[in-house]
Amino acid sequence: MSTCCCGMGVTTDDPRFAELDAFMASVREQPGSLISVLHKAQQLFGFLPEEVESRIAHTMSIPLTDVYGVVTFYNLFNTQPVGKYAISVCMGTACYVRGAGRILDRFAEELGVQAGQVTDDRLFSLEVCRCVGACSLAPVVVVDGEVRQLKEADVPAVVAELRQRSELEALSQPVSARS
Amino acid sequence: MINLTIDRVPVSVEPGTTVLEAARQHGIRIPTLCYLKDINQIGACRMCLIEAKGYRGLQTACTLPCAEGMEVSTNTKDVRETRKLILELLLSDHNISCPTCVRQGNCELLRLSQEAGITDLPIKGELHQSAIDHSSPAISLDATKCVLCQRCVAVCREVQGVSAIGLVNRGFESRVAPFFQAQLNAAACANCGQCTLVCPTGALTERDDTAAVWEALHDPTKHVIVQTAPAIRVAVGETFGLPAGSISTGQMVTGLRRLGFDRVFDTTFTADLTIVEEASELEERLTHGGTLPLITSCSPGWVKYAEHFYPTMLPHLSTCKSPQQMFGALAKTYYAEKYGLDPKDIVSVSIMPCTAKKFEAGRPEMNASGYQDVDHVLTTREFGRMLRQAGVNLKKLPDSEFDSPLGLSTGAGVIFGTTGGVMEAALRTAAEWLTGNQLNGRVKFTEVRGEVRGIKEATVVVGGNVLRVAVANGLAAAARMLEKIQAGEVQYHFVEIMGCPGGCIGGGGQPIPPDGPEELDEVRQARIQSLYTIDEMSTIRRSHENPAVQALYREFLGEPLGEKSHHLLHTHYQVRHPAGVRTGR
Repeated sequence: MSTCCCGMGVTTDDPRFAELDAFMASVREQPGSLISVLHKAQQLFGFLPEEVESRIAHTMSIPLTDVYGVVTFYNLFNTQPVGKYAISVCMGTACYVRGAGRILDRFAEELGVQAGQVTDDRLFSLEVCRCVGACSLAPVVVVDGEVRQLKEADVPAVVAELRQRSELEALSQPVSARS
Repeated sequence: MINLTIDRVPVSVEPGTTVLEAARQHGIRIPTLCYLKDINQIGACRMCLIEAKGYRGLQTACTLPCAEGMEVSTNTKDVRETRKLILELLLSDHNISCPTCVRQGNCELLRLSQEAGITDLPIKGELHQSAIDHSSPAISLDATKCVLCQRCVAVCREVQGVSAIGLVNRGFESRVAPFFQAQLNAAACANCGQCTLVCPTGALTERDDTAAVWEALHDPTKHVIVQTAPAIRVAVGETFGLPAGSISTGQMVTGLRRLGFDRVFDTTFTADLTIVEEASELEERLTHGGTLPLITSCSPGWVKYAEHFYPTMLPHLSTCKSPQQMFGALAKTYYAEKYGLDPKDIVSVSIMPCTAKKFEAGRPEMNASGYQDVDHVLTTREFGRMLRQAGVNLKKLPDSEFDSPLGLSTGAGVIFGTTGGVMEAALRTAAEWLTGNQLNGRVKFTEVRGEVRGIKEATVVVGGNVLRVAVANGLAAAARMLEKIQAGEVQYHFVEIMGCPGGCIGGGGQPIPPDGPEELDEVRQARIQSLYTIDEMSTIRRSHENPAVQALYREFLGEPLGEKSHHLLHTHYQVRHPAGVRTGR
């Protein structure tokens, strides 16, 4: 097995690289395709580890500093692993004045992480975002892709619900896939 | 031609000319911090704002093409006040530490601030906090002095094809750094230092080694010797305000004695030695079917670049050490023996036009004498600072001569400092060896001379042999040549590569022109011309005729490529990580 230096479990013979390589080959003739390749990579790996950025740079003959510059320019790209469930608290003006700050604090307390971090069990990532276009519902939180209107007191229940969902998913998988 | 007026002066320019270039061509100076002609015209610093009649708002002159009938004003109230405001904003997040800054007043940001008449700093804002990156043995990066002009990024990418640094993050968090937020020593950096030549502030600088050299000079138990590269004698004068290309060999030697060096020697001596060894290596490879083309290895920026970017080409590199390292190995062996010195008491210093030489001296394999062969490497700029620290006025010094025996050199050794010079020096020796007749041996090989952006090629017939040779300067040009060699599009016997534009005279450790990078081309030309002038004035112009080199073989080394030469004068290379991304142009 090839070595991995990021400590995040991505090895250079990971089968997902074959899919990434195929995608890069399909856009080879298109100038300016770096961002779509990065999207594809993030879709495959969940985030953009150093090995992945390096592979993209060498395959596409783009200096690694340029690839890294684009990755760190856009908030959309993650260079750290994300949790199974993303909790994104809207800190836009409307949500903020209606108590988003307190909701964020409460999530931080319940999960034991700060905004921008992932829980040790990789179940939750806590993030903040700017306006999801649902100001009439303010304050809102995007929970695993779903916009919800929440109060501070709802936070423990949301966390409990997601934990339960994860356990049920694990149980519903075939025994051989559990580890 | 396009006709327009700039400050009511009618001017006429080629289509495609920017307002900035048009103004410069007609003696109107528009201030810039980020502009580098052709490679960084991005309007990032906003210093070049001008008014153009009919255009909405102020325009950046570096990005605005001239148009027929345009009326440009570069000196209105609005322009002056806006530029001043922009400077005040830049200064509000600048680590203002001019008295302790290594640029010592030779700073574009300082000059523009003074020209704009800034007398106080009305804008208070958050200051970037960042520790200085001292990880590299060659280059230091102080992000608190960076104005994000991106000249360094452009030079690293476009001129050198390296892209060791780029702009990362966003907004207030933006900064110049290698990928993955690594420190400089973890990047695929060639250490060429071209970034330090174009930095408008003190953000990117050579690693300062003057303190260690002062310590050695002040230690009475140490025998401190110094070698000076060919490119220093035609550049150090600039640090005292002399015109570019001023030849100050004799004053430089006197200045080094005044600093307290026990012996002042010349790297040019070992440049001659390099030619003898390398010409022998070429002859050996030609006659015994060795790897061709043979590629020169004097430039440590080029060598490290090859180790990162072209590892499969390493067998092509000459095994000859650079003149600096040959000198280092001989100083603590041959010289020590000859003068009854204990090598442990010798401190060997070199003055180089080059930041990459600092890294080269620290390579673990460079200890053929049993000690680190070269202890400290100073750039021309550090040398200039030491002279000032010691109160030595270079301009008023009398001339003096290098010490012998490691100070005797030929014209061939001197032109090592320019692109094409190593090739020409090698051809002078090869021509004579291969023809066996001094009279038939040419001295001038003008076809390999000059700072040409592309590749210089020549076919030289010597003694019935046809030698195909090529020369590249700057790493991006070198990469283009290597791609052609690898693709089999070109066949050469011998190739010279120097990492910096113009060769060593354009090295990353050379004096920074006070009026900014726009002067660099002219400055390099003047320095190159002066090296050829010294060559013309030299009585001996072929390396193998250097009597001190001949004595060295007689007394100590034996023969070229012999056992002792192999141990002291030759080296090996290694594949280096991270692998560089070849952008293949």
